[in-house]
Order: sequence, then C-alpha cells, then structure tokens
Amino acid sequence: MNYKRLLQPESMAVIGVSLHNNRHPANIVYRKNRLRYHLKVFAVNPKGGKLQGARVYERLGDIPERVDLAIIAVRADLVPDTMAQCISADVGGAVIISGGFAEVGQTILQDQLVEMALAADFPFIGPNCLGVFSPGHVDTFFLPPERTVQPEPGNVALVSQSGGVLVDQMINFADGGVGLSVGISIGNKALVDEVALLEYLSTDPGTEAIAFYLEGFKKNGGRAFMNAACRCQKPIVVLKSGKSPEGGRAVSSHTASLAGDYAVFSQVMAQFGVIEARTQFELVSFCEAISCYQDTINGNIGIITGSGGHGALTVDFCASHGLKVPLLSQGLQSELTKRLSPSVQTIAATGNPIDLTGSAVDDDFVAAADCLSQSPEVDCLVLLVLPYSPGTTSDLGARLSEVYHREGKPMVAYVPNLERYRMLIEGFELNHIPVSPAIEGAVLMASAMRRESC
Amino acid sequence: MLNAEILEILSKSRRFGWVLEPDAKRILSLSGITVPPFTLAKTIEEALKFAEENGYPVVSKVVSPEVVHKTEVKGVVLGIHDKAALAETFHRLNSFDGARGVLVEKPVQGIEMIIGAKIDFQFGPVILMGMGGTGVEIYKDTALRMAPITPEDVLSMLTGLKAHRLFTGYRGAEPINQDALCRMLVSFSHLIMALDETVSSIDLNPVFCSPESCVVGDARIMLPS
Repeated sequence: MNYKRLLQPESMAVIGVSLHNNRHPANIVYRKNRLRYHLKVFAVNPKGGKLQGARVYERLGDIPERVDLAIIAVRADLVPDTMAQCISADVGGAVIISGGFAEVGQTILQDQLVEMALAADFPFIGPNCLGVFSPGHVDTFFLPPERTVQPEPGNVALVSQSGGVLVDQMINFADGGVGLSVGISIGNKALVDEVALLEYLSTDPGTEAIAFYLEGFKKNGGRAFMNAACRCQKPIVVLKSGKSPEGGRAVSSHTASLAGDYAVFSQVMAQFGVIEARTQFELVSFCEAISCYQDTINGNIGIITGSGGHGALTVDFCASHGLKVPLLSQGLQSELTKRLSPSVQTIAATGNPIDLTGSAVDDDFVAAADCLSQSPEVDCLVLLVLPYSPGTTSDLGARLSEVYHREGKPMVAYVPNLERYRMLIEGFELNHIPVSPAIEGAVLMASAMRRESC
Repeated sequence: MLNAEILEILSKSRRFGWVLEPDAKRILSLSGITVPPFTLAKTIEEALKFAEENGYPVVSKVVSPEVVHKTEVKGVVLGIHDKAALAETFHRLNSFDGARGVLVEKPVQGIEMIIGAKIDFQFGPVILMGMGGTGVEIYKDTALRMAPITPEDVLSMLTGLKAHRLFTGYRGAEPINQDALCRMLVSFSHLIMALDETVSSIDLNPVFCSPESCVVGDARIMLPS
C-alpha cells in the first residue's frame, strides 16, 4: 500500500463535523488545520450549511478537488459506508478517529473495514486513534493546540498504540529538544500496524530514527516486526507495556515457564539490536541520542567532569547499563595533562573520569574533549558540565560541540536544567549534541548507541 | 522438512499431549542431535540384553504417558551396576501406572545444561539455553533468542549466562566443547523451525556438555492441546 497521500496530504476532508458543537473532535481537526497548515481542508456533513464561514459539503463527492486524506469522525456503524464513499471518490487514505470497534468487542465491524480496505488497496489508520501529526504539514489530533506542546520538526518518528502516551511523549520530546518527523497514533491498528509503519518509515527520507510505544503484538506480529527491524538500517527504540508476568498460569515445561512473555520480548529486542526502553524517561533519552547518532559504539566511555562526585555517579550508572569506563593509558594521561591550564594541571584527575575540578576553564574542557576524541581508547564521551563553576562560560556548549563536528566522536552532556543555563544547553542542542537534565539520562543516551547490529 | 517417521511419532503422541522420552530422543536423533545409546525395554530380557551389549553401568527411567516429571516420583535410577539391580529396577519402574516399558541407556557425564524451545504467541519459535538440571527454575540463568539462530548467536547466548565461566574452563577444568554445543543448537533450531506449531514446547534437560561432546540426557516434547 502507498501511504504517501495518507501521511503527506495536500488536501483533507473532515467527515462528521458538527454544525453546532465546536468542541466536537472533527471541528477541532478542521479548525486547526485550516488555521495552521498549508493543506486544503474541507468539511463534510450531510446537513450541509456553513462552518467557520466556509461551505460544509453534504457529500464527499461534492468536493470539487481531489482529496488525499479523509478524517472519519462519524458513529461507528456509519464508518463502513463513509469509507466506501472515500474509496469511490479516490481518496488517498483515511484516519478513523471514531471508537466503537474491537476495543469494545465490535470485531466484526472492524474486520469489515479491513476487508474493504484490502480489496480497494485503501490505507487507513485506526480506528479509535488520534491519527497523524506531521510538523508543518498536517495534524489530525482532535486536541486544541493551546492544550498541548508540539516538538520541533526533526528526524525521529514516533508511533504509538496509545494516543495519550503519544501526546505525552511529544511533550517530552519538545522538552528534551528532540525533533519529530512524524507522530502516528495507530489506535486499534486494524490495518496499518507497527510492522507496516516500520517498513514505511525505514525508507522515509525525513526519518532517521524510529520510536514505538506498543501494548502487544498480534499472533506472530513480534516476529514480523523483528524481520522488518532487521531490514531497517535506522535505529529503533521500543517502549512496551504489559511487562508483569501472567500470574498463576500453569506451565508444564521448564522452557515455557522460563520464557515468559516479557523475557522473550526483551531478549529478542536485544538480539536484533532494537533498543528497549523500560520507562518514558528512557524512551526520551534514547531518542535524543539516536536522533543525533545513528551509528553504534562498543561502549568504552570517557567521562569529563568538573566535579568528582558527578564523575563517580556516572561510573556507577555506566556499570549498571553495561558500559565500560576504561582507565586511560599513561601516554594519553600525560598528553592530556600537558594541555591543561597550569593551575588545573596539578589538581586534575586524568585516569577516567577526567575530573578537571571546579577550577577548570572552558579551554580545559575543550582540551580534554579533544584528547579523548582523538584517542581510540574511548568511543563516546560523557560530559558533565556544571555551569555554576566560576571558570566556565555559556559558550562551553557550542565550543564542545565544535570538537564533535571536527573529530566525529559522539558525545552526550549532562547540564542541570535551569533556565539561566539555557544558552549553554542550546549551544549543545542546536549543534546536535544531546543534553540530559539528569546524570543517568546522559548515561542512557550513551547506552542507546551500544547495541547489536542485525 | 520433517520426515515421515517424525510425523508419525507426533501423530501417535497427540492423544497423550506430549511425546514420551524414547520417541522424543528418536526425533532428536533423526534431526542430527546426539542422544546416548538407549533402548525401550518391554521385557526384563530386553533390558539385560542392552546392558550386556553396551556394558554396565546403565541408567533406567520410567516410560509412561502418565508420568511427565519422572524425578519427582523416583522414576529415574542412575548407576545400575549389575544384572540383579537392573532386574529389580525394571520391575519397579515397569509397574508405574501406564508404563509402556523401561528406558535403559548409557550414562553421560558433563555440566548439566538446558536447551529448550517454545512456540511464542508473538514471536513464533524461540530458543532457550542455560544452566540445566533439576534446579533450572531456581537459578533461572538462561538466554533466549528468536529462531532460527546461528553459531554466533549460540556464543553470545553462552556469554550472556551468569555461569558462562563454568563452560570456558573454570578453576582448572577443561572447557566444554563449544563446537558441539553450537552444532546441537543449530540443529535444534532447524528442528523447531520445521516443527513450528505442531509442538508447544520442548525441554532438553539436562544436556550433558563435556570437553568431548554434548549429549541430551532427557527430552520432553509438549504438544498443543
């Protein structure tokens, strides 16, 4: 199936707008797309009339132009007929917002939609979903824009079985400075599911990393997902709910008992190099990292810090996330020491973590980052930048980013999240160096780069 | 992929819900997986004949569709050194409910591992490997992969076990034969891919791994209901 007109529409019909209730989901979709996006938007309601000063078409077929995307927001029992109209009007695809299908036991009604769609080669998302948010192009979420926060356009695609979790994650993305290529809420995923979207996104030129929130796969759906993941060259992160063991289920074999659903899921993800996020915080941290770095590392971390305690905590987090913090060679340590300011030379620790102490100035951080970036002893840098240290300036983020762009060795940073440190943080983020407001977050970002290749 | 004899064994076992050990070992053997020399003795004479031809000591086990967990009912006897002991054991094991004879086989030495497979609802055939024996569900030291697997997968599974140093020559012991282990798991992977939903799970536990070889000590194939 071709998803281009569905996901990158130039025109849209919103079917099921209300003529008297402006809070109706369809009205919100209609309004926000008319006011905020460039695509052409048409309202459809059998009663006709006017909405927000524009014509309401009685039938889809009355719309004088070709429609790429139909938003279907009518009662569940009317959806099949509405979809048939879309198909005969050569619409490119649909987002079915309406609920009342498999989620409430109406599987026959839902199966009917799938059969029609397959016969007509007509892609649809949902039912029971928010649909598609494509920054700058289209937004089918029936949420008033002033009530949500939208991330910047970027290179990470986010696919979610839950609309609510998707909205949450988009807020977290905005907060963490992760840009979105597209956000898709797949709802009941009757036709377009995570496997179909993984295949589509793996060739989408605007997407360089793909994140999923999933609640479960259908029969053998996990296998299909892994096979698609194996063919996909882009990093993939999955956050899955439903990890708790099914209690009390009697199993007669050791293997069935030991290979519970979560154990299988978790280890198969690792087998195929898919990054498993265990929490929403991990999902955002991993996405920050893979939006900047798509290549993998072996996991030898060099730590540069202005505080011994931060260094020690980072070493602990590295150990618990399977990363190594190798002791640097004498040669590298003495080369590094030579490049530090005279006042720091005598007090800095250079074994790894490199503790430049509270006396360090920007040049010391840059020298240390330079040395480690040029050495094969580590393959990723964790920078612990404490802007309250008097010798450093707001330029440090941008200056350290330059080291990455010169040397090509990935680096991630921890900076405390205070508004007054904004310029330093943006000096990193606007130059594509991911920053976490938590030390563990920075280590998680590094750990996302260490994964199996398929 | 599956030959006629394997299909026939599966078909006749369906009414029990699982494949009895001698039949399970026959399926493994037909699939290139090493099992010890064994016989299913229906009479005492057959049991004694096997022991004379293959030499003592031997191991005897109950074969009954009603006994899935043999150790728990003292249905496994190790270290049978002579005719008298074998005769006595045969009589006892052959009187279990539903007994269809007694499995007599050569004992095997080595570190006890488990190799298993199950047909997962979401991922299809998956393979498990880990520390085996009767404590398998206490130690829970296992690695899982989606089948089919490669020899590289086997090595990464081994490295992922807490007990992995036991296999690579711990405290002066000789390391186990990793090539033999890889061969066994890759053959097992082919088998489970071919069996797919005709089975629900397989336990090879214990599998005895030594510097020389890897041999399946016990095997149980559970069939879907």
